[in-house]
Amino acid sequence: MKQIEYKHVTAARGSLLFLKGGTDAALGERVAIRDIDGNIRNGQVIKTSDKMILVQVFESTEHIDLENTWIRYLDEPFELALSPDMLGRNFNGIGEPRDNRPPIVSSLVRNVNGSPINPAARAYPREFIQTGISSIDGLNSLVRGQKLPVFSGSGLPHNRIAAQIVRQAKLPDESSNFVIVFAAMGVSHSDARFFETEFESSGVLRNVVMFTNLANDPPMERLILPRTALTAAEYLAYDLDHHVLVVITDMTNYAEALREIATEKGDVPSRKGYPGYLYSDLAEIYERAGRVKNRHGSITMIPILSMPSDDITHPIPDLTGYITEGQIVMSRELHSKSVYPPVNVPPSLSRLMKDGIGKEYTREDHPHVASQLYASYTRALEARNLASIIGAEELSQRDRRFLAFAEAFEDRFVRQDAEDERSIIETLDLAWELLSLLPPEALTRVSEAEIQKYHSWDESR
Amino acid sequence: MGKVMEVNGPLVTIQQNNIRNGEQVRIGKLGLVGEVISLFENRALVQVYETTESLHPGEEVEGLGKPLSVELGPGMLGQIFDGVQRPLNKILEMSGETIARGLTVNSLDREKKWHFVPADNLEVGQIVTQGTIMGTVQETPTITHRVLVPPGKQGEIVEHAGEGDYTVEEIIVRIKDRNNKLVDLRMYHDWPVRTPRPFQSRTSSAQPLLTGQRILDTFFPLLKGGKAAVPGPFGAGKTMVQQQIARWANADIVLYVGCGERGNELVDILETFPQLTDPYTGRSLMERTFLVANTSNMPVVAREASIYVGVTMAEYYRDQGYDVVMVADSTSRWAEALREVAGRLGQMPVEEGYPAYLASRLAAFYERAGSVNTLAENMGSVTLIGAVSPPGGDFSEPVTSHTKEIIRTFWALSKPLADARHYPAVSWIESFSDYEARARDWWAENVNPKWSSHRQQALTLLTQADELERIVNLVGPEALSSAQRWTLESAGIIKEGLLQQSALDETDSYCSPEKQFRLMDLILKFYETGNELIKLGMPVEQLAELPENGKIRRLKSSIANDQLEELDSFASELFKHLDYMRAEYAGTKETNA
Repeated sequence: MKQIEYKHVTAARGSLLFLKGGTDAALGERVAIRDIDGNIRNGQVIKTSDKMILVQVFESTEHIDLENTWIRYLDEPFELALSPDMLGRNFNGIGEPRDNRPPIVSSLVRNVNGSPINPAARAYPREFIQTGISSIDGLNSLVRGQKLPVFSGSGLPHNRIAAQIVRQAKLPDESSNFVIVFAAMGVSHSDARFFETEFESSGVLRNVVMFTNLANDPPMERLILPRTALTAAEYLAYDLDHHVLVVITDMTNYAEALREIATEKGDVPSRKGYPGYLYSDLAEIYERAGRVKNRHGSITMIPILSMPSDDITHPIPDLTGYITEGQIVMSRELHSKSVYPPVNVPPSLSRLMKDGIGKEYTREDHPHVASQLYASYTRALEARNLASIIGAEELSQRDRRFLAFAEAFEDRFVRQDAEDERSIIETLDLAWELLSLLPPEALTRVSEAEIQKYHSWDESR
Repeated sequence: MGKVMEVNGPLVTIQQNNIRNGEQVRIGKLGLVGEVISLFENRALVQVYETTESLHPGEEVEGLGKPLSVELGPGMLGQIFDGVQRPLNKILEMSGETIARGLTVNSLDREKKWHFVPADNLEVGQIVTQGTIMGTVQETPTITHRVLVPPGKQGEIVEHAGEGDYTVEEIIVRIKDRNNKLVDLRMYHDWPVRTPRPFQSRTSSAQPLLTGQRILDTFFPLLKGGKAAVPGPFGAGKTMVQQQIARWANADIVLYVGCGERGNELVDILETFPQLTDPYTGRSLMERTFLVANTSNMPVVAREASIYVGVTMAEYYRDQGYDVVMVADSTSRWAEALREVAGRLGQMPVEEGYPAYLASRLAAFYERAGSVNTLAENMGSVTLIGAVSPPGGDFSEPVTSHTKEIIRTFWALSKPLADARHYPAVSWIESFSDYEARARDWWAENVNPKWSSHRQQALTLLTQADELERIVNLVGPEALSSAQRWTLESAGIIKEGLLQQSALDETDSYCSPEKQFRLMDLILKFYETGNELIKLGMPVEQLAELPENGKIRRLKSSIANDQLEELDSFASELFKHLDYMRAEYAGTKETNA
């Protein structure tokens, strides 16, 4: 069947091609489409019956006519050739080189859709990763095998933060040992360039595999790109025993491509026109992060998504938050106060933090300190709210102390230079320095012993 | 043999004669299993439990002659099953770390021998009916598995096995039914998951399901056999609440159904539960726990089935006379699976794309909860606790609003509370429990008659404080009277010293009913004494800055469940101190007068 070309296109619309049935095309099968000019396009069967076959074309159906288009069924799903030579290379969404170097040749090929990991085979992620960023390490610690997205907005410095994490991420007692898989969907040339330069200047380029789809590349390719990238990541992690850090940007562009094709297919929309299966579809991507028992490697995932009009209840961040193990939320307010990194602390969360910190991994007081910082900062924000109504002078002495704490917390704990790499011990010591602005009776989340050991309260302040 | 006509995601149209609605079919070279959901002429529509990638028109189809069923027998406890009751550990052995398609595995181990002890009165010639206990098997050190005559079977015993070790396949009792036909009974039987298992009658239980969580047990109680929902936006701590219930509930058996949720959450349970001790039996928690897992990346149709698979297994242990809790995380994902299939069928969407039958399916599912008199005249119950994941945290969305009308206990999680790291983030405003009146009797009898009035007083105090807070946010705290500021302060103590509870703190993770009441009692007494002192003219700041204030907030974690006498000595010290101050102020007042 591989060699036969069919000429049976009955309709072409947007990125969909309707073909006459009867060829027993399999669901998910890859097809090659030759148009009148002899150009080959890539497609995938998304619905098949004895009467009609529906093919999604990654390069769109522009300039295709019904008479002079030939279809070849390749009798295989989308597969990616895998080899250690992928490191240091740049590919497009379907794994073709973008860097003018020859394609990867390997006898090892895998279906890009992967298969779900058996929950019984997973190992629980526990190892603390130090990113060197206080607001992440101290309050929303990342662990190896976690999927922790960055919820950002247009114009916010999520790229710089992602680059900083890539540059600094390591286990406290090991030197950097991450291999990076970078998946970019619908990003601008300048963003792609930014990351390339970053990787180059920090000397990790030979440990990076890039999959890029630029803003002016076909949007349909974005649907397969993260799957291709994760297939490479799984190979690097489970076959070659690397610890892999996967950075995916921007999931919003992915979801929009999904909505585009869903609308073309006529799927019933649920919220904001996104199809009802957006949750399962996103889960197929995010759940590929993790650790597997008896395997040395791991996949840690940092997806970046921009929240349309900063709305965290928009379906994309909302469904993502239900799947991922926490989120780091960017704050426009902090950004306009020129605080970098503008991490919005209250809504940020790391679900796996509880098992990756404390005596064994960071320091014994870490869980309590994190909880205390959260509680005090929330209390301080209330005081700030009150101050904006009645004026700071009218506040009680206790509230004024909290107000001072909020300022110091944002200015010294959250704010940090892009080149500043703080060890977790430095972060925790800094936290105690700030907590010392508050009287000991206001600190109920830390134990009395910890107050004795770390807190230095000076009543006269 | 039929054949595939169309493949559309998880839906496959087949051409097949003589097939029934609901029947299972095996499809294609891969042997994917699915279930017929509608028939038209000689075609049938099948929803497939596995990914249909690479399936093509023309492949062969075979009807399996029975609807989706589960195997019920010893060997389920401690296991983790997928959405169609395949044991995931077995699949791990067969296909490695990822789940291959088309695997056929028996749900129960066929090799394992169980030590069967026949019931005392089991003898040849005896007439047995459905639900009769034929004997027992010690399934785990804490759970005795009662081997039942399956529903629908009855007759005269013609032969039975003696005490000994048998596999589930071996015949233990042979009966002769009314038509003189011999029927072999084994230690397990099949049951179709979409049919509720029969029982004698429903009973009205008044036993609270205690979870050791103060906000749940004391403020919004649930009864054994009841139905509850835990809605909350992401990050509000739904999973943590559900896991705490699975850990500490005073049930005999706990079933955790991970429906469309994270894989790592199930691993967390699998890794931590074996090391945790059941506070009621002192044994490992895993001995009474089992799991059904359809994680969010596993096929969506099996997700729809997983809820029914779970509740059927729960009913089976109920029929043996046990109190079973099933925690379903999350029913929203189950509803979305319904929606996905409905959407592909082109059914008319009613609300947010959900089909019109969403409400009736939800109601029918929760109706399988209940406290019953079983066929063997035992008392058993199934308590259903469903998590709901409303998009954007909006409780007016279809799944939450329909669920709210069905369930009787509503534990609403609040994002602002979670953001302030107030866990469990159960809102005292939006939550409710219809079971309070019935739980009251139990608390009065077993803990303290004042439970109900205390609970009411604490809730009133919290509501008052919420109102006062609104005033403060408008005009500042100076506008409040001293008594009002003390109300605010005391509500703060209730929130921190009673409502907040750390799942990670060894002492505080589980709080006994006795301790729950004593803490509440102490805090309310402190509030009232404070009120008196303020009336006598003591400044509210002085009260608020008492060092005991911080200590009361920490009592929950500084005093263990079995050291409540320390609570007494703390209280007597505290109130002695306050009495002393009262005398002082009363004295000044008199002098002034």
